[in-house]
Amino acid sequence: MTDTTNNNPNPNDGDPILVMNRLCKNYQLGTVELRVLREIDITIYSGEYVAIMGPSGSGKSTLLNMIGCLDRPTSGSYRLGDMDVSQLDDNALSSIRGSRIGFVFQSFNLIAQLNVIENIEIPMFYQNRPEHESMQRATELATLVGLGDRMKHRPSELSGGQQQRVAIARALSNDPLIILADEPTGNLDSSSGADILGILDRLHSEGKTLIVVTHDENIATQAQRVIRLFDGCIAEDTYNHKG
Amino acid sequence: MHKLRSTLTMTGIIFGVSSVVAMLAIGEGASRDAQEKISQLGSRNIIVKTLPPPEDKSSVGQQQTMKEYGLTYDDAERFRGGIPNVRVLVPNRRIPEQALYRNKRVSVEVIGTVPWYPEISSLRVKYGRFITSTDTHYKQAICVVDEFVLKELFAFDDPFGQFVKIGTDYYRVVGVSTAQKQESSSGMNVPGSAKSGGGANVGKIYIPLTTARTRFGETSIQIGTSGATLERVELQEIIVQSKTIDQVLLTRQSVQSLLARFHKKSDYEIVVPLELMERAKDVQRIFTIVLGSIAAISLLVGGIGIMNIMMATVSERTREIGIRRALGARKLDIVMQFLSETLILTLCGGILGIAVGSLVPALVTYFGQMRTVITPASLVMAFGISAAVGIAFGIYPAYRAANMDPIESLRHE
Repeated sequence: MTDTTNNNPNPNDGDPILVMNRLCKNYQLGTVELRVLREIDITIYSGEYVAIMGPSGSGKSTLLNMIGCLDRPTSGSYRLGDMDVSQLDDNALSSIRGSRIGFVFQSFNLIAQLNVIENIEIPMFYQNRPEHESMQRATELATLVGLGDRMKHRPSELSGGQQQRVAIARALSNDPLIILADEPTGNLDSSSGADILGILDRLHSEGKTLIVVTHDENIATQAQRVIRLFDGCIAEDTYNHKG
Repeated sequence: MHKLRSTLTMTGIIFGVSSVVAMLAIGEGASRDAQEKISQLGSRNIIVKTLPPPEDKSSVGQQQTMKEYGLTYDDAERFRGGIPNVRVLVPNRRIPEQALYRNKRVSVEVIGTVPWYPEISSLRVKYGRFITSTDTHYKQAICVVDEFVLKELFAFDDPFGQFVKIGTDYYRVVGVSTAQKQESSSGMNVPGSAKSGGGANVGKIYIPLTTARTRFGETSIQIGTSGATLERVELQEIIVQSKTIDQVLLTRQSVQSLLARFHKKSDYEIVVPLELMERAKDVQRIFTIVLGSIAAISLLVGGIGIMNIMMATVSERTREIGIRRALGARKLDIVMQFLSETLILTLCGGILGIAVGSLVPALVTYFGQMRTVITPASLVMAFGISAAVGIAFGIYPAYRAANMDPIESLRHE
C-alpha cells in the first residue's frame, strides 16, 4: 500500500507549485541558536494532497508558517508558483498570503462580530475585489460548503463543524494556489471531522492542491502523500496508492 | 465596540470641542458687536459726552445752589477752530422729556441738534425732512420724530403738520426718522445717556439746537438723595468727525488736550468707536485664553483616554489582527482599520461636542447678557479638531496593532 521511495515521480504530472530548497529556520534564544528547520527540500505539484505529520517540536508549525508565508526562512529558497517568496518584504508577503494561500485553522479563527458572508469576504476585501463580486462569490462558496441557509448567522450561532466549513469557504475565496490546513479536525468531534475530511477530499478531486498539517492518521491515510518531520528534518516522504 | 465605554471615552472630546465652539462663538459675538457699534456710531467719529463731575466732598457743607458743568458752546467753537482734520462737528443737547399728542403721553429724549446731524450718524430721514438751517436760524418750533415715537403717538394719524406738546411748548412735526438703537442696550456700555433711562428703548425727538437752547434753557432741576439741586449744562454731546480714519486717534488727542486745558473738573468723557474694537478684542482675547486652555486640556485628556481605550481594544483583538494578517491584510490595512475606528469615536465626540457647544453660547447670552454668534466656519473647525485628535491619538495604537507578529497574534487566546 505504501511506497517508501523518496524520488517517486509525481503521479499527477502537474507543474511544481511549491519548491523548497535547502530551507533553514533558526531562532535565537538568548545565546543559544535553535535550529528548527534544517535544510528542508520539498517539491509539491499542482493538485497534490499532502499531509505533513510529526511529533511536537519536530518543526511542523514552523514549516507551516514558512509555507504560509507568515515567516521568512533564515536561509534557502522557497518558490511559490512562479515567484521566489523567501526574501519578500512584509507588504508583498501579505499580498501573497491573501492571493495564493487559503488558510484553514484548527480553531476556525472566524471573526466573531462578522456573519458568515462577511467572514468569507475578508480575503477578497484585502485583494480589493469589487464589493458586488465578492458578495456573489461568498454566497456561492457558502452554498458550496452547505451553509446556504445560514449566511447571516454569526460564528457563535454555528456548530464547530459549520464554523470550519465557513473557514474552508473563506480559504477558497481568492482561488489560491494551495489550501493550507492546520489540524483542521483537531477541535471537532468525529462526525464533524469526517464531514470536513469529506469536503477536503472533494476539493482534492476537483484538482485543488491541499497541504494539511496534522496528527490525525485518518487524514494521513486519505492524503496522497505523507511527509513526516522529525527534529527539523524530513524523515519520510511517501506516496499512498489508494486502492 | 462597547457602547458605555466608548461614550465615557468621548466625554473629554465632547468638552474640548464644545469649549472650542463656545470660545469661537463668544469671540465672534464680541467682534460683531463692536463692528455694529462702530457702524452705528461712525468709525471716524469722536464722541465727547458730558458727565456729572465726581462729588466734591469739601463743598457738601455749603449747599451749592447751582452746579455748572459739562461741555459748552465755547468747547464746540474751540474744536472747530483749533483742531485740524475736523470735517463735521455736531453739538447736541439731550433733554429727557414727556411728549404729548392728544391723550397719548410718552417719555422721549429731546435732542437739540444741527441740520447736518444725519451726516455723521446712522440716523436717516424716512419721511418728510430733517431740521434745516432756516429752522435753526429762526429757532422754529418744529420737530422730527423717530419711528418709535411715531408708533407710540400717531398710531392711526398722519403726523405731518400735527403739533406735539413737549414740555410746555408745541412743536410741528416735519419729518420721521429711523429709530436709533439705544446705545446702552447691548453688551458694551457707552455711558453718558444715563439720564434718558436704562436699557429700555426710548423714542427720540429732534429739534433745532437754537430752539432747544431758548425754550428749554440750560438749567434743570435734579432731585437726588441730598434734595433738589440746580444743574446747568450747555451741551450733552459734541460729535467730532475727522477727515480720514487714520486721523481719528490724532484728532482724539487734540480734543482731549483742548478739553483738559479748559475743564478743571473731569466732567466729560471721550468715546472713540474705533477704540471699541480694541475693547472687543480684549474681551475676545480673555475668552480665547480661558476657553482655549479648557479646550486644550480636555482635548489632551480626551485624546489620551481615546488612546487608552484603543490600546485596550487592540490587545483584546490581537487574534482578530492575526487572522486578518494571515488572510492578506497589509500593515497599512490594519493601521487604517484601527485609525478609522478611532476617528469614528472622536468624530462622534466632535458632533456631540458641537451640540453641547452650541448650547453654551446660548446660556452665555442668556445669563451673561453677551452676544454670541456661531459661524459655520467654527463648526467646521471644531469638527476638524476632533478629527485631528482622532488621528493624533489613534495613530500609535493603530501602529502597535499593525506591527504585531501575525504568528504570535494567531496563537493569542
